[in-house]
Amino acid sequence: MKLRNFAVAALSAVVLALPATMAEAKKVKGEVTNFDFSFQGLTGTYDRNQLQRGLQVYHEVCSSCHGLQYVAFRTLSDRNGPELPDDQMRAFADMYEVWDNELRDWRPATGPDHFPESQFEGAPDLSLMTKARAGFSGPYGLGINQLMKGIGGPEYVASFLLGYTGEEDFQAGSMFYYNKAYGDWVSMAPVLFDDMVFYEDGTPATEEQMALDVAAFLMWTAEPKLVERKHAGFVGVIFLSVLAALLYLTNKQLWAPVKKAAKRD
Amino acid sequence: MSGIPHDHYEPKSNAEKWIHRRLPIVGLIYDTITIPTPKNLNWMWIWGIVLMTCLILQIVTGIVLAMHYTPHVDHAFASVEHIMRNVNGGHMIRYIHQNGSMLFFFAVYLHMFRSMYYGSYKAPREITWIIGMLIYLAMMATAFMGYVLPWGQMSFWGATVITGLFGAVPGIGEMLQTWLLGGPAVDNAALNRFFSLHYLLPFVILGLSIVHIWAFHTTGNNNPTGVEVRRSSKEEAEKDTLPFWPYFVIKDLFALAVIFVIFWALVGFMPNFLGHSDNYIEANPLVTPPEIVPEWYFLPFYAVLRAFTSDVWIVMAVNWLTFGIIDATFFGVLAMFGAIFVWALLPWLDTSSVRSGRYRPMFKWWFWLFIVNFVVLTWVGAMPAEGIYTNIALIGTTYWFAYFLVILPLLGVLEKPLPEAESIEEDFKASLKSKSDNDPKGPSAEPIPAE
Repeated sequence: MKLRNFAVAALSAVVLALPATMAEAKKVKGEVTNFDFSFQGLTGTYDRNQLQRGLQVYHEVCSSCHGLQYVAFRTLSDRNGPELPDDQMRAFADMYEVWDNELRDWRPATGPDHFPESQFEGAPDLSLMTKARAGFSGPYGLGINQLMKGIGGPEYVASFLLGYTGEEDFQAGSMFYYNKAYGDWVSMAPVLFDDMVFYEDGTPATEEQMALDVAAFLMWTAEPKLVERKHAGFVGVIFLSVLAALLYLTNKQLWAPVKKAAKRD
Repeated sequence: MSGIPHDHYEPKSNAEKWIHRRLPIVGLIYDTITIPTPKNLNWMWIWGIVLMTCLILQIVTGIVLAMHYTPHVDHAFASVEHIMRNVNGGHMIRYIHQNGSMLFFFAVYLHMFRSMYYGSYKAPREITWIIGMLIYLAMMATAFMGYVLPWGQMSFWGATVITGLFGAVPGIGEMLQTWLLGGPAVDNAALNRFFSLHYLLPFVILGLSIVHIWAFHTTGNNNPTGVEVRRSSKEEAEKDTLPFWPYFVIKDLFALAVIFVIFWALVGFMPNFLGHSDNYIEANPLVTPPEIVPEWYFLPFYAVLRAFTSDVWIVMAVNWLTFGIIDATFFGVLAMFGAIFVWALLPWLDTSSVRSGRYRPMFKWWFWLFIVNFVVLTWVGAMPAEGIYTNIALIGTTYWFAYFLVILPLLGVLEKPLPEAESIEEDFKASLKSKSDNDPKGPSAEPIPAE
C-alpha cells in the first residue's frame, strides 16, 4: 500500500512534468547534433583548457559583433571557470574599452567591469544564449535526458556555427544564409573557418573544435556556478537520503507498538 | 480543539501557571500539536506538511531574493543575473525559489485530489475546503506575479496575455486592464506593483493557512474511510486516534525527507528542466516569442481558456443570445474562472452521503477519469491552439464541467455505495492484517523454478 502510493506519486510527478518538457522540445525545428561536452551528466565539470580556447574564439571572432554584458572580467579567474591567472585576466580586460560614467569617457576595462554589450541591434547578447536555446533534450523530447545529456543549449550553439550549408540569398538589400540548425535563413554569415585562430595549447583549430570550444565557453558564461550547483546537489541528496533513512527507522520504531497492539486484538 | 475528547494542557510549575493565566499560548501550541489524529491516515495525508514547508521555504528564499532584486524594467533582468552570479549562494537560492513554486503546486494538486477522492470537503469540512480554494487562488496570483519579476520574454508576454484576459470583459475591460497594470501596457508600473503584491500575498496565504488548519482542527481530520472518530468517551476516541505529535509528525517528516531528495536532485542537477528557456532572454515588447506558454501548473486552465474558439456552437449560441456581448475570448475567460469556481463549489455539488471514494464503486471510475483528464488538459495546454488540439481541449473542458455539474450530483442518487468500515480502529486493523497476509517473507505461493 505504502509502496503503491509512492509509485502513484512518482508517476504523477513524471506525467505532470512531461507536457511542459514536450512543449520545450517541439520548438527546435532544425537539425541539432548531440555533441558530448565535459560538463554533462551528474558529475560533469568544465574543462578549463576548453573554456580558455572558447574565450579566445569569442575574443577573436564573436566579440566583433556580440556582447557578454552580464559577465564580469574578474570572473574569468574564478574557480571552475577559465581560471585565468589574475595578471592575465587584467591584461585581457585591458584589451576592451568600457564607458565610464564618472570620467564621462571610454577607458580600458578592469577586473570588475563587464564585457561590452553587443555592438549592433542584430547581434544578440551571448551571456545567456546557451540557456535561452535549451530545449534539445533527446529522443521524443522526454527531457529526462537533461540529467545525463545536459540542457541542449551548447549543442544548439555548436550546431548553429557548423550548420551553414553554403546557400545564400539576397533579399531586400541584405544577404541571408541558410542554416540547417536553425532550419531557416539567417542574417549572420558563417564565421568559423579552419585554422582561423591559433591555439597555444596545440589543439588543432578545426571548424568543429572551435565551435565546440566557444559553445562550452558560452555554457560557462550562462551558468558559471554549474559545478558548485552540482556539488551542492550531491551533498544535499546524500544528506537528505541519510536523513530519510533515519526518519524511516524512527517512524518504524515509533509505530511498532501501536501496530503490534492492533494485531494482537 | 477538535471536539474529540482528549487530554488538555495542564500547567504544572508555577512559571507555567503564571504564563498560562496571562497568555495561554503554551496550551494553544500543546493542543494544536497533540490533536487526536485518525490512526489510519495513509501516505496521501502528508501533503499538508509538504505545503506548509513549501510556503515557509518560498517566504524565506523570497525574502533573501528581494534583498538583491531590483523591480525596475531596466534593472530587473540584470539584477536576477546579479543574484545568479555575484550573491553568495544566490544561484541556489534562486533555483530553490523557482523550483520550490513547482513543488508547491505539485503538492497542492495532490492535496486537492486526495481531498476529492476521500470526500474531505463534505460536511462538516466545507469551510476548510473553501479556505483551501482561496489559498489556491492566492497561490496562482502569487505564482503568476512572481513569474513576471525576472522580466524575461515569457514573463513579459505571459503578463501581457493574462492581463489581456481582463481586457476581454465587455465594456469596462480596457479600463480594468489599465487599472490593473497602472498603464496601457505591461511596463514599469506593472512590474512594481507585481513585486509589491508578490511580497504581500504569501503572508495572506500564511494567514489563510492558519485558518485552514484551525478549521480542520475544529472538525477533526478526515481519513481514508470517511468514517468519523468515535467521540462518546475519551477511551473510545483513543482507540481511533493517536496524537499528532509524535506519530504523524515523524511520519510526515520521513515523507518530507523523501520528497526533498527528489526536489534537491532537481534543483542541483536540472534546475531549468521545468522552466521555459525563453525566460533567459530579456523582455522585449517589440518581439513576440513564437509561443507563449504559462508555467506547467497553469496549463489545464490555459487549455480551458483556449478551448473556446468562435466556431464552437455553444460560443455561437451564447454570442447570439447576448447580442454579441459575450464573444469567444470572453467566453474562454468565463470558462476558465468558471472551471475554478465549480471546483470550489464541490461540497454542494457532490450529493452522495458517503464520504470516502473507497466505498463508492461508480465514483471511483469517474474520479480517475477526472485525474486523467487533468493530465490531458495539462498536456494540451502546452500544445499550439490549432487543429486536433483545440478539439481535445474542448472535450477535456466538457468533461471538467460535466464532472462537477452533472456526474457528481447524479452519482449521489444513482450509485449504491458499499458498506463503510465500522470504525477507524477496525479499518486500521484490517489494513495491518491484509499487509501481513501478503508478507513477502512468508512461503512463496509460486513454485521456484529449478536452476
